[in-house]
Amino acid sequence: MLELSVIETAFTPWQSLAGGVLIGLASVLLMLSLGRIMGATGILAGVLTPSAHPDKGWRLAILAGMVSGPLALLVLTGAMPAVEVPVSMPMLVLGGFLVGIGVTYGSGCTSGHGVCGMARLSRRSIAATLTFMLTTGLTVYMIRHVLGA
Amino acid sequence: MRLVSTYLIGLIFGVGISISGMANPAKVLNFFDIAGTWDPSLVFVMGGAVVVAFFGYKIVLRRPTPVLDAKFHLPDNPRIDARLLGGSALFGIGWGIAGFCPAGRCLPWAPDRSMSSSLSLP
Repeated sequence: MLELSVIETAFTPWQSLAGGVLIGLASVLLMLSLGRIMGATGILAGVLTPSAHPDKGWRLAILAGMVSGPLALLVLTGAMPAVEVPVSMPMLVLGGFLVGIGVTYGSGCTSGHGVCGMARLSRRSIAATLTFMLTTGLTVYMIRHVLGA
Repeated sequence: MRLVSTYLIGLIFGVGISISGMANPAKVLNFFDIAGTWDPSLVFVMGGAVVVAFFGYKIVLRRPTPVLDAKFHLPDNPRIDARLLGGSALFGIGWGIAGFCPAGRCLPWAPDRSMSSSLSLP
């Protein structure tokens, strides 16, 4: 289950910067229009909670837009951006499960805490971001250089 | 109006996540693998996003209200507690195992890049 597979990826500073700028722009536009934080966790939670969550409509619209993003790229460029998964299925399930619990208790993820919260200089978000960046780094190190070595 | 504008915002976000590499677990995991196949690209994603949001928020939050809502909905809980840190730590462990964050996981995958192709890798 822990067999190591590593896919090398090219350093893409400009493309990643452009993507980051668009992520920031979307966050600013959501604040300007609805006054909301662009956090994937909060948006997903608002959609997935079974009760009649107030204001489900805009969250569904954002999700629909997000899903259309790669498809728009497919239409424009003829290819979707690479999604390479150097992780076995059981590990994907385990990781996804921990991500789900973690962001629920931590009230946010990379977009909500890491981008929007950091941009607001929220102490809570800065603490959350430092924490998950640290544990992600330690986990990758453990898997690739200790357990998988 | 609300739905059209939020759809377009989601579209911009989805394109940004896609081209940035945040939705690609190989790239995410390599970013954290400083001791191995390090790919520092994600510094540029976070950097670009935070800088744009920092200045953009400064301008937007000067307004008394958002354009399409009665008020700004800003989290005002100042508490840094075990729940926040424990949850974030757990999220990081999961992110380090799978390489997918919630936004990245929402996006569709191209058929030829799906899980089956990755599972055949050594």
